[in-house]
Amino acid sequence: MKLDRKPELLSTAPSFLWLVMFVLVPVAIIFAIAFRPALPAGGIGEGWSLDAIRALADPSYPALFARTIFTAAMTTFLCIAASLPVAYAMARLTPAWRSRVLLLVIVPFWTNFVIRVFAWQQILHAQGFVAEALRSIGLLGDNDRLLGNLTAVIIVSVYTYLPFAILPLFAAAEKFDFGLLDAARDLGAKPLRAFFSVFIPGIRQGVITAFLVVFIPMLGSYVVPDMVGGTGTQMIGNKIAQRNFTDRNLPQAAALSGALALLVLAPMFLRRKEKTA
Amino acid sequence: MKPSRVPFITLILVLVFFYLPICFLVLNSFNDSRYASKWNGFTTRWYERLFERTDILAALGNSVKVATAASLTSMVLGTAAAFALQRYKSHLQDAHKLLVAVPLVLPDILMGMSLLLLFISFGMKLSLLTISIAHITFCLSYVALVVQARLQDFDFNVVEAARDLGASKVQAFMKVTLPLLAPGILAGGLLAFTLSIDDYVITYFVKGPGSDTLPTLVYSMIKKSKDLPVINALSSLMLIVTFAVVAISQRLTRPAVAESK
Repeated sequence: MKLDRKPELLSTAPSFLWLVMFVLVPVAIIFAIAFRPALPAGGIGEGWSLDAIRALADPSYPALFARTIFTAAMTTFLCIAASLPVAYAMARLTPAWRSRVLLLVIVPFWTNFVIRVFAWQQILHAQGFVAEALRSIGLLGDNDRLLGNLTAVIIVSVYTYLPFAILPLFAAAEKFDFGLLDAARDLGAKPLRAFFSVFIPGIRQGVITAFLVVFIPMLGSYVVPDMVGGTGTQMIGNKIAQRNFTDRNLPQAAALSGALALLVLAPMFLRRKEKTA
Repeated sequence: MKPSRVPFITLILVLVFFYLPICFLVLNSFNDSRYASKWNGFTTRWYERLFERTDILAALGNSVKVATAASLTSMVLGTAAAFALQRYKSHLQDAHKLLVAVPLVLPDILMGMSLLLLFISFGMKLSLLTISIAHITFCLSYVALVVQARLQDFDFNVVEAARDLGASKVQAFMKVTLPLLAPGILAGGLLAFTLSIDDYVITYFVKGPGSDTLPTLVYSMIKKSKDLPVINALSSLMLIVTFAVVAISQRLTRPAVAESK
């Protein structure tokens, strides 16, 4: 039989060309525009310039990158730490309960992201009931705020990304052979020891996926630090938006975006290695 | 040995953590107080005020337009992509697979920024069209993912059988392949619709003046601390719509689960 490639090309071309045009080319443009001069009026100038790249040497940027990585790492750690027992508990439920609880976990992920963050903004508001309650028992000073700090950013980030961590961990835990835990206990391991030395290594692939689906988008986080954070909790995403919309300096926004893109690629290589190993 | 209760307690705490803010929002939408600090009695006036806001209704209209365009287009593109990825094994498909995966892993802010620069470079005016293009781009990958999951248990022999029995290629596709894949494609389309309605970051970058969608309008209202109780009312209504969509999509995907068992 003659190998006819026409059907393959016909079914591949629409999505392939679309993605080249609207994903690959735009990402390439980011790196190109980073080498363009900025116009004072807010446009992109002619010719080439290293101004935007040089601006990356700004002394405030190392702290910005460090803060971004720290916030992302802390959120990822807390998400995975909370999701591990959750995935364990879900996998031990009866199948009927399992699908009910799974639905309960997924539903918040379907609700509007901006609205979920807004709900937290109200909860943590200075005149909100949480702040009042904490003040009345003396845990919060009169002038202390619950909003505008790193704790608020991390709590709300964990809230928005937790379902993303639970799902891959649950998928892995569902396939885990729980007989191994009984075996570990029979051999004298304490429950906690069995959990850490048998269960977690057993669902290792799920842990790696959970890490990637939380950590990577968190590196590009913008809404949460913008809404519940303050000037001291700015992340790279906020800086990109500021350069773009406030300073109207597109080349600098592009240079920062290019740096963020390289930062995002790093954990992906980690996964590639994992796959080939 | 008795199994530990800690995981189950964590599960319950996490579920409470998930739903507490949502309940708080709904409760507050009936609170007759400008600020969320204390309960001032029951009211529906925020809902009344909501329906007087023509800008909110206009933004909702924009959101629905974009989500409809994005879900329909991405259903076509995503299904074709899933079909090609599942059916053929070649270097072209390896590259195709990688391309489809990129929007799934690219942080929103990079996607928004890169598309903004593309539109500026090509001198395209920012409008509902540019928003739709951006939404189609990320929806495509999600539709492809959902449809491909369905295709995994798809028996291509059925199509061969239809062809052997004299169906033309088009007939076989329209009468056999498409109806069998319909639930998967619809589930993908619904996911695309909700992702599009939900998107804030990418839209914010590629929207022009006056082309606000619901999330971008709500966001600017929140930033200006304007009419916050009205946002509570709006949020509650959106939650109801979301729950309805989830219920429908559950119905659509359930047969697939039953079949595989």
